[in-house]
Amino acid sequence: MHSSSISIWFFIGLLLTIYGVLIFGYGLYDLVSGNLPHVVLAKLHAPVWWGGLMTALGLFYLIKFRPGHEGK
Amino acid sequence: MHGLVSLSTLAQGAGAKTGMFLATEALAHLAPLDILVIAVYFAMVIWIGFYLKGQANTSEEFFMAGREMTAWIAGLSFVSANLGSLELMGWAGSAYQYGILAAHWYWIGAIPAMLFLGMVMMPFYYVCKTHSVPGYLKLRYGQGASVVSAISFAFMTVLMSGVNMFAMAVVMKVVLGWDLNFSIIVSSMAVALYVALGGLRSAIFNEVLQFVLIWGGALLVPILGLVEAGGWNGFKAKLAANMASGLTPHGDYTHMWRSLDHFSNNPMGIHWTGIVFGLGFAISFGYWTTDFLVVQRVLAAQNLRSARMAPVIGSFFKMAVPFIVILPGLLGLVVLHNADGSLMHLVGENQVSAAHPYSYNEVLPLMLVRYCAPGLLGLGVTALIAGFMSGMAGNVSAFSAVWTYDIYQPLINKNARDEHYVTVGRWATILGVVVSIGTAYLVMNAAGIMDYVQALFSFFISPLLGVVLMGMFWKRATKAGGFWGLLIGTLTSVGLWAWVKLVPSALRYVALSSDAKAMAEDMYRALWSVIVSVLVTFVVSIFTEPKSEAELNGVVYGATKLPTEEPVPFYKNEWFWCVIAIIAFLALNIYFW
Repeated sequence: MHSSSISIWFFIGLLLTIYGVLIFGYGLYDLVSGNLPHVVLAKLHAPVWWGGLMTALGLFYLIKFRPGHEGK
Repeated sequence: MHGLVSLSTLAQGAGAKTGMFLATEALAHLAPLDILVIAVYFAMVIWIGFYLKGQANTSEEFFMAGREMTAWIAGLSFVSANLGSLELMGWAGSAYQYGILAAHWYWIGAIPAMLFLGMVMMPFYYVCKTHSVPGYLKLRYGQGASVVSAISFAFMTVLMSGVNMFAMAVVMKVVLGWDLNFSIIVSSMAVALYVALGGLRSAIFNEVLQFVLIWGGALLVPILGLVEAGGWNGFKAKLAANMASGLTPHGDYTHMWRSLDHFSNNPMGIHWTGIVFGLGFAISFGYWTTDFLVVQRVLAAQNLRSARMAPVIGSFFKMAVPFIVILPGLLGLVVLHNADGSLMHLVGENQVSAAHPYSYNEVLPLMLVRYCAPGLLGLGVTALIAGFMSGMAGNVSAFSAVWTYDIYQPLINKNARDEHYVTVGRWATILGVVVSIGTAYLVMNAAGIMDYVQALFSFFISPLLGVVLMGMFWKRATKAGGFWGLLIGTLTSVGLWAWVKLVPSALRYVALSSDAKAMAEDMYRALWSVIVSVLVTFVVSIFTEPKSEAELNGVVYGATKLPTEEPVPFYKNEWFWCVIAIIAFLALNIYFW
């Protein structure tokens, strides 16, 4: 990549983290409040584990490819 | 986003938009969280555009992304340039309608060609340091063939971009109830901004971003669908029960080759020779190896090994795409139900009615709405928007490069400074978007034009394949041979299309059977035009003066000394991964035989 540039993977990590936190937060709120969304298989609480997975993956890329770090 | 997938898909998808407009109520209603997810995406792409502006100062940086892309980035961008939202929705709809046959477009219709590009053709594209496919034609055949190819490509690219833009606006109207003008203006402004600022690098970054979004937004659907259906075996059992009770039309929905022994034995009206030679060779190789839109991504790789590895990496992801496209379409056959609990029946665009309000093409949004809670739904919709926007960015960045390098520079202003060409490229990007918007509104007012635009595009791709292959692998091919091969091959394609249009019974000659359907006709027409372009190039070359061996260095097999690559461990070698890709490709076809 371009010298001293931010890697594309950093942007991806950032986006995944933002989305993951938003979705996980919503899922957690639903889980705690007991308000299931009106979708099929709502009892599986997909936003919780899918959001959690996205957050974990996002943080991995965010840290590994942070600007100035050799991982980029 | 044009090419082999979208040409067929658009015809089914947004092409017959009348049916879509019948749906009076939007499929999905977005929660504030969904809106936030979409807004974050727009903020991110604009930020990337402004950030990359400082890295797009020279023509090499603006048009070729500085040739600094790693194999992974080039590979994901390569496959992502073809992974638009219309493709996703159209092929999911085809899977609902025709079953797993639709996966042919992702496997035999892509994998052999991608691997051939990487392992065989890429060295020549890369070593000659061309900036485009018309640029390669100029080196090999001279200005004539190059200009013909550049003008047709530039013209068709912006037209297809407009067609896609309109089709996407229709999708947004149907799925979300958004106003057509709003969708067209907002998305095209964003694309114009980030491509004009950051050039190809910006387009590639957004394609990789889109790739991740599509998987993040769409992968949950087949996972939850399989859970609901009771796994793959549970799905097959439910499908068999539905067919036995007459709820689902009879057919082989889960095998790819068994019903291809005759045109009339499968709902697509296709014979295996059409799939193998027409789709697997003429259309697929034409698109994946000579369409500059996709080849440009690989040319931006940082070295030859990365350029060869990129299509190989892309092939693995391409093989996996049916999991998020074809599988949801198939699962829709058994899991989608009406509010009263009865099995939902999706229909063709022209059969949409109050009793059957949804068409095949809406199966993916229906599945998204079925499983995705707020936030996840926004992610799915963002993936659709991102797919559209990066497809359009691909079109305008390729248009900008071809316009500047292959039309403006040789024909209008040969000796300008480098900065001048970058400025021309930025304005060409804006111009490309403006023409696309114009085309979108043209199509909106005369929907029939869409079919002609798609047909027009298909006229140029296959003959180009014949001419490029002859030029790359036969030293004797001459300048006149290339020019006439391209011209006569294109006229053959136009002629066959017009023949069937005027005399429908001619289908039995063009597609070898009167039982053939539109898709089979496309495949055989492409095959004939490749054959004609190869034959004409051969015959004319025999009677004309060839180039000297020295002039062919870097562009022709046998006359080019390829650079020696540094030895690497086997797991980093492109040939190793190419063999693994071939094994995976064969295994998938055998498993779903």
